[in-house]
Amino acid sequence: MAEDRNFELEIITPDRVFYKGRATMVEFNTTEGEIGVYKNHIPTTVIIKPGVLTITSEEKKIAALHSGFATILQDKITILAEIIEWAAEIDEERALASKERAENRIREGHEATDMARAETSLLRAMARIKSKK
Amino acid sequence: MASMRDIKRRRGSVQSTQQITKAMKLVSTVKLQKAKQRAEETTNYFDAMYNTVQNMLAKSGNINHPYLNPSDSNKKLIIMITSNKGLAGGYNSNIVKLITQGGFKKEEVMISAIGKKGKEFMARAEYPIVADHCDMIDAPVYDDARLIAKEALDLFAKGEIGEIYLAYTHFKNTVSHIPTMIKLLPVEADGNREQSEDDKVPMNFEPKEEEALQLIIPTYITSLIYGGMLESVASENGARMQAMDSATSNAEEIIDKLTLQYNRARQGAITQELTEIIAGAQAIS
Repeated sequence: MAEDRNFELEIITPDRVFYKGRATMVEFNTTEGEIGVYKNHIPTTVIIKPGVLTITSEEKKIAALHSGFATILQDKITILAEIIEWAAEIDEERALASKERAENRIREGHEATDMARAETSLLRAMARIKSKK
Repeated sequence: MASMRDIKRRRGSVQSTQQITKAMKLVSTVKLQKAKQRAEETTNYFDAMYNTVQNMLAKSGNINHPYLNPSDSNKKLIIMITSNKGLAGGYNSNIVKLITQGGFKKEEVMISAIGKKGKEFMARAEYPIVADHCDMIDAPVYDDARLIAKEALDLFAKGEIGEIYLAYTHFKNTVSHIPTMIKLLPVEADGNREQSEDDKVPMNFEPKEEEALQLIIPTYITSLIYGGMLESVASENGARMQAMDSATSNAEEIIDKLTLQYNRARQGAITQELTEIIAGAQAIS
């Protein structure tokens, strides 16, 4: 019999347990680049950057994951997400609008603009749009 | 002996007070249910966060980071969570006592106030209040906690404060709420914590420990503040429920006593009237 290739995945937000179940692979974006994690990964703690989260189990689940960090153990992954939303819950038009707003702010580059914040909101908007596709 | 009318009036006033306390008890019971549920849902996140950070500290024993070391400033920022409304028994004064009798020197303390009651008291006692977030406690959301955490960390980064504390009321269960003071910064490894299986696995960090700490610690502090806010709200409503419950039963007692007095006075009046009539009749015959 083939080895069980599933690991335990838990995604927790401050207000609720967002996802709890078994998965074969989970992909998301970190400060070091996009990663995909299978079972028996070397134990690692990574910091999350805004991006698309894909859970592969029997079916594919997609969400936009914005910030937090993940603890990867060999048979268990815990993602502590400050902000996360299922693709189905995202309003694409709003995301497009906020992408435009953020781009404008960065382009104009006023002194008063908080660049880091504008960039984060651009990344977030892009993650939302990408997760819709 | 007080006149019948006086007793009646007093009983009426106690009765309407009782109605108010009864209504307040019901309202806080409902609010408590909601707040309790929210506080319990956060526990998951909070526990996982706490374990991760402790785990990091346990493994990376000798990393050097400003968040882990005491800074030169002897000032202490206390984030103080109380309520905006009173009539909650000892809820607010317990937190105040925790700070005023907690062995802090007044001139070393700065207060970041969440909750009007605590703020007013500390202002009267002439503690410096550096931040006022009183409106946040009515409906705490995660973003509020992030704002408070950022503000505190900025002060810390500027070297204006050396330590950050959080004073909140721990919600143990519906009847027991414990005023608690925890140290947020510098972060210390919890010596009492049991070593779990996970602690023994060597952990990698991407990015490196120092950088990871820089990013994780603010999140950790935010989650502590958020958890503290939710637990405090639950405790507040629990404390108010208890206070109003005992107020209602005290009112009941007073009403019983007054009713007895009233009946006695009435009986006395009737007896007196009868005596007078009989005496009058005897005088005529």
